[in-house]
Amino acid sequence: MAHRSARALVRYRTFTALVRAGFRRYSTYRQATVAGLFTNVVFGFLRCYVLLAVAGTAATGYDLRQMATYVWVSQGLIATVGLWGDSELADRIRTGDVVADLLRPVPPVVSYLATDLGRAGFGALTRFAGPVVAGALAFDLYLPRRPATYPLFAVSVLLATVISFACRYLVNASAYWLLDARGPHLAWLLASNALTGLYFPLSFLPGPVEALLWWATPFPWIVQAPTDIVVERGSPALVAGQLVWAGLMLAVAGYVQRRGDRRLVVQGG
Amino acid sequence: MYVQLVRATLRGQAQYRLSFAIDVVGTSLAVTIDLLAVLVFFRVARSLGGFPVRQAFLMASLAAFGFAMADFVAGKVDRLRFNIRTGRLDAMLVRPLGVLPQLLAEDFAFRQVGRVAQAFAAYLIGLSYAHVAWNPGRVLLAVVAPLAGAVFFGAMFVAGGTVAFWWIESAEFANGFTYGGRDFTSYPLTVYSGLFRRLFGYSLGFAFVAYYPGLALLGRPDPLRGPVWLGWCSPVVALLAALAASAIWRFGVRHYRSTGS
Repeated sequence: MAHRSARALVRYRTFTALVRAGFRRYSTYRQATVAGLFTNVVFGFLRCYVLLAVAGTAATGYDLRQMATYVWVSQGLIATVGLWGDSELADRIRTGDVVADLLRPVPPVVSYLATDLGRAGFGALTRFAGPVVAGALAFDLYLPRRPATYPLFAVSVLLATVISFACRYLVNASAYWLLDARGPHLAWLLASNALTGLYFPLSFLPGPVEALLWWATPFPWIVQAPTDIVVERGSPALVAGQLVWAGLMLAVAGYVQRRGDRRLVVQGG
Repeated sequence: MYVQLVRATLRGQAQYRLSFAIDVVGTSLAVTIDLLAVLVFFRVARSLGGFPVRQAFLMASLAAFGFAMADFVAGKVDRLRFNIRTGRLDAMLVRPLGVLPQLLAEDFAFRQVGRVAQAFAAYLIGLSYAHVAWNPGRVLLAVVAPLAGAVFFGAMFVAGGTVAFWWIESAEFANGFTYGGRDFTSYPLTVYSGLFRRLFGYSLGFAFVAYYPGLALLGRPDPLRGPVWLGWCSPVVALLAALAASAIWRFGVRHYRSTGS
């Protein structure tokens, strides 16, 4: 028993060390952070004006302040949950560098998740906080009324990051079969923009389409769910739904990774 | 020579066949999804900034067509930062060819052919749907406006990419003006207000890509009380943008000091 808990402790320490390393790694890209922050703010202004024009003339289920908050929070979530992702793992599969990941004592899904959580932590401090502050300076934002919304939102963003991570992991892992994962990545980009609730609140879509997205896909749980929680439109039960999807997607990512291991042919000698 | 470079790029990209096919389909879907996003707003609201859907869609499709053409030709200028970081730009500079054409030919995005075609189709739909009262002037404008838009966005791509000479990790910064500019021009200018509208619409000139030509095609007076002739200004604005971009580019190349090793 003691042996087992000691092993759990080692695992925990490894995980947190990887999280810290991820944080440090992404915090070194200072220029990129500033550039990204600038772009998030530009798009925040753009989308805020457009969506306020919609909310000002039609019944959307959002009042103007909720709509502004939805825009700026969703804008801040892009780099926090890592919505668009990168092709690091896919590139490593193509070049064969992924062998080094497979030789480590930590499964690749776990080590990449830890690094990604570190990245998300840095993203939350810079690229979430930045646009939200900019939005608050230029627009009238909705502040959550219930104190419990704040911790709930934090948990929701964490789970959204895990779901987003697992989806991106799957997109990258397609390189085990395709070698070049650019096509799947593009498909992911399109879906992540339009179907997560980033371009517009999903309630703008026809009812059956919206229901299908919520029940059958991980997308709404990445952006729409956290923003619904912060503007207090959605029930706290959304977090439970996110928990289910996070577990499901991680399990799928783990399964695909194990299948990919057997597919892997390292190119060159 | 450039044709050969472009052809080599095509052969290279077509090697990963399945991925290339998905790429072609995916990039063309992108246009549709962007335009559908505009339509989704009209599912909820009857008008945006005082413009009904058929008028707003004309502006959005005009912007999308201009942008697709520019992205097709010049969208890969942001590879400049990669070439600077790896020192490959030095190799390009010593070749007896222009650096900018080499850069464009090297990663020529064939997978975006579908995008241009689809944006063109959307523009035709936008034109027919908007009940334009045609006359020779408007026919000319309908042809010139997307080309001027393409030149304008192309200038944005080049100017934005050039920033990499001073600021390596500038891709996202440039995106704010290129993709941001596309989204800005997809909606009537009346949607925006304040400093943001003045800066993006007038100072940077995005108002002249789709909004003012759109008004002229529709024969609608400007709700912002701009004079009528503004609708015909887009080629001039595009030319100015191109001149500015080429000046920035030349300044950047001259400024370039290599990465050193």
